[in-house]
Amino acid sequence: MEIENLDHYSQVILSLAALVTLTSFIMLAQGRLLRLVFVFALQGFMLVSATAIAAYSFDNPHLYISAAITLALKVLFIPWMLRRHILKLNMHRDVEALSNKTAIMMGGASLVVFSYYVLHPIMQNSSMILLNALSLSLAVILLGMLLMISHHQAIAHVVGFMSIENGLFFAATVSTNGMPMVVELGVAFDVLVAAVLFGIFFLHISSSIDSLDVDKMNRLNEVDQ
Amino acid sequence: MSILLAMIQTLLFIALAPLLAGWLKGCKCHLQNRKAPSLLQPYQDLLKLTHKQPVVSKDASWLFIIAPYIIFSATVIAISVIPLIAVDLPTAASADVIVLVGFLAFARFFLALAGLDVGTAFGGMGSSREMTISTMAEPAMLMAVFTLTMTASTTNLSLAIGHVLAEGLELRPSFIFALFALILVAVAETGRIPVDNPATHLELTMIHEAMILEYSGRHLALIEWASQLKLMLYGVLIANIFFPWGIAQTLSLPALGYGLLAILGKLAILALVLAISETLLAKMRLFRVQEFLSFAYLLGLLGMLSHIILEAAR
Amino acid sequence: MIPAYLLLLLPLLGIVYFGLLGHKEDVGRQNIRFNGVTLFLSLWLAVNVFNSGSLISAGDYFIVDSFNVYLIVLTAFVGFTTSIFSAPYMAHEQEIGKLTVNRLRLYYSMYQGFMFAMYLVLTTNNMGIMWVAMEAATLATVLLVSLYRTPESIEAAWKYFILCGVGIAQALFGTILLYYAAIQISDVDNALTWSVLYENAKLLDPEILEIAFVFMLIGYGTKIGLVPLHNWLPDAHSEGPTPMSAVLSGLLLNDALYAVVRNKMLVDGATDSHIAGYLMMGFGLLSFLVAAFFLHRQKDIKRLFSYSSIEHMGLMTFAFGIGTPFATFAALLHMTVHSLTKSAIFVTVGHAAQISGTQSIEKIRGLIKTQPQVGWGLLIGTLAIAGFPPFGVFASEFLVLLATMQSYPWLTPFLLLGIGIACAGLFRNVQPMVYGEKPEGQQAVQANLWPVMIHLAIVLWLGLAMPDFLADWFTQATILISGSAPL
Repeated sequence: MEIENLDHYSQVILSLAALVTLTSFIMLAQGRLLRLVFVFALQGFMLVSATAIAAYSFDNPHLYISAAITLALKVLFIPWMLRRHILKLNMHRDVEALSNKTAIMMGGASLVVFSYYVLHPIMQNSSMILLNALSLSLAVILLGMLLMISHHQAIAHVVGFMSIENGLFFAATVSTNGMPMVVELGVAFDVLVAAVLFGIFFLHISSSIDSLDVDKMNRLNEVDQ
Repeated sequence: MSILLAMIQTLLFIALAPLLAGWLKGCKCHLQNRKAPSLLQPYQDLLKLTHKQPVVSKDASWLFIIAPYIIFSATVIAISVIPLIAVDLPTAASADVIVLVGFLAFARFFLALAGLDVGTAFGGMGSSREMTISTMAEPAMLMAVFTLTMTASTTNLSLAIGHVLAEGLELRPSFIFALFALILVAVAETGRIPVDNPATHLELTMIHEAMILEYSGRHLALIEWASQLKLMLYGVLIANIFFPWGIAQTLSLPALGYGLLAILGKLAILALVLAISETLLAKMRLFRVQEFLSFAYLLGLLGMLSHIILEAAR
Repeated sequence: MIPAYLLLLLPLLGIVYFGLLGHKEDVGRQNIRFNGVTLFLSLWLAVNVFNSGSLISAGDYFIVDSFNVYLIVLTAFVGFTTSIFSAPYMAHEQEIGKLTVNRLRLYYSMYQGFMFAMYLVLTTNNMGIMWVAMEAATLATVLLVSLYRTPESIEAAWKYFILCGVGIAQALFGTILLYYAAIQISDVDNALTWSVLYENAKLLDPEILEIAFVFMLIGYGTKIGLVPLHNWLPDAHSEGPTPMSAVLSGLLLNDALYAVVRNKMLVDGATDSHIAGYLMMGFGLLSFLVAAFFLHRQKDIKRLFSYSSIEHMGLMTFAFGIGTPFATFAALLHMTVHSLTKSAIFVTVGHAAQISGTQSIEKIRGLIKTQPQVGWGLLIGTLAIAGFPPFGVFASEFLVLLATMQSYPWLTPFLLLGIGIACAGLFRNVQPMVYGEKPEGQQAVQANLWPVMIHLAIVLWLGLAMPDFLADWFTQATILISGSAPL
């Protein structure tokens, strides 16, 4: 089925899937924390639009609720909290030197290919939009993990963690029009608590190692010292 | 009839280009709380320059003198290929988008030669920078354009626009990427912030201005006009390929008038967006331009990939 | 079903109660009371299930069958005995100034929060809620791991948080895939309801379920501590307060494995390929062997026993992976005896660390001479966990070996090798700690070793002669999981 034969909902979802993946890549290459958080908020906003559009297209009121929750959590609260911590800990001028950006980007690209490879066989009978949207959301999940591996700042790790959540949320929205409401609420609650805990941890970490560079947390390891 | 229309359209293009520059400047001034010059100021500038006697260095060769004419005419030929108010152009049938890029490259080549010709340090520096940027901008531009042409299965602009129009409102992921890529390329190619600043003559940062530093009088007028044409050319490309609605599909007078109004409106909006972004952004270091353009290339590539992957038949 | 509701309600009350009143004097005893009542409730529930079979609540929200009811009882029991241990232990920590009153309040409140999450994982009938509860268990314990606020404990907690959070996200992706497969065959409202899915498992798309299971195994496997996703486990166990290590090892790991097994039952219903079993066998065996080797390199006593936990969880995963009724029976038994033994060991380890003021294996010496109960407790516990007869661990490991010989004889040498290496690794470290002269000035501490003795006695009892009702119980659970009775 060519794209021009799809309805507008599918076209919008496909485009948003592509853009969400793009924001993941931008985050991957971003060394400045404030911009990283901004791009993260942007990704959240795309997610909200995707959810709202799905809610409108399928006339599904509970998706409006999850869109509203996502807007409040991932577009407003979490970016606001991260921004406040960055400014408070005076890290907004730091530029993180990413070692070997090219390799990271190539790794990211291969993760996208890998996601397609994983999900292709099971989607033989389903629509094109589902395969693409699901593969791209898996790619966003994996790219979030890559973001955590390649960055050293705890804040970047939190952004990676939350963008993994974004990928999951997108997958749930496009493949199944959202999880059942009670699960959706539970996940949102977990994310909220996790965000608050992350805030507490920033304070603990910065008071214990005097920075948020996770690489400096290396007291526990298997190698004999 | 249609040949006549093509000529009228090209003349209109040439005539409107300074107006666009004036509008852009006006928007910027308002945004930056300055008093704006009149919309027609660029026309007055050009007029004044043509009346002045050109001063040519004694070290300059014949190339320096003919370069402005070559640049201007190459740009004019390039714009004649682009549908401005009507889709159906006889000139568009004779040349496709690759030729368009070729003409622009031709003009740039002579501009760079002219910058080198006088032998001043600034000219050489400007030329070298211009060529550096263009080597990276051209692939990005072609990549973006190929994404479009793959969708329409033609490299001819008229046919491609016709295809988009015939399809109606379809949202394609590949078009979104191509649009962003083309915008980035356009910013780099027309020397706007954040790649180059057209309003400054600071030695360390200027690119375009460094090449034309030695020009004066009518030569300078031609080059300035050509660069205004180029700005408008990219504007029209973006507006008409991605948002072609309103362009005249028949050659009737109301349709043409409507098409003219539509393109004027679209260009005005695009210029406003450009003015806002120029106000918000700071010029980046020259060495970061390559990152900027490789990002544009990446977007173009992603556009093509998403055309193949996301929009393919299954 | 009433005891199940009460079972969930009581810890919820506990969170609020200790959050508000956690600064009171006798807070430890209150905690014991709370856990005592839940133990009673769980027994009540078990009797109900024993008499009338599986219970499903109105609206299909909760399910209690012979498989999870025994885990509920186990959870309540270990939670109860650990709370007995933790009352004097935490009081001692407060006395020596390692903890403030507010942190103690946090500790007790989150202890109940953790128990609530565990009961919710076990009783819920909704795969999505199961995920939410599993994540909630991480969130409840993460602040407890960093309770001492040392740089090491903060690092361990951060690692725990990030690794488990990322890992378990994979499980949610698997759950989404499962949901996608399910809405093809049923209506939206109960598409994640386990009991409904289990009845209709044959209709589910096997390919989607297989991929979903891979994600589930990675996700919940992080929580089980399967190699190579185990890195958080030794850190979190060694840096958190000891009662936390006991419940993490004894309960959290079990419940994660429970989640995997529930999913495996669905996948096995949908496909005949046994791929879920092979994956579990592979990961289980790998964890078992790797952890056995790592036992030899440990310098920290709590890390030592947390690697032992990884080893045993690997063995259970392996046994569930084999999937024959016999192996499943062995795995269920092993789950029980491991939980009991391991939490007993962590209790003694906690006292041992308090006696010598350090967790470093090289500095803990002469435990038997200083405080015989602790020394002997640790020695007997180690004997039990290493699989010496006549303890229950020996019985269950022997059954796993037999089941392996039945189905995959060529894998038995690996198991024997792992058991041997692990045994050597444990004893080379434990022996010098319990025997030998006591260092100058080493004092006995106030300790309540009743939990240890009760646990070890039960393990001994299970090794010598399994009571009929327990055997029946396990058999019923085995029938539920693998389809037929063992032997």
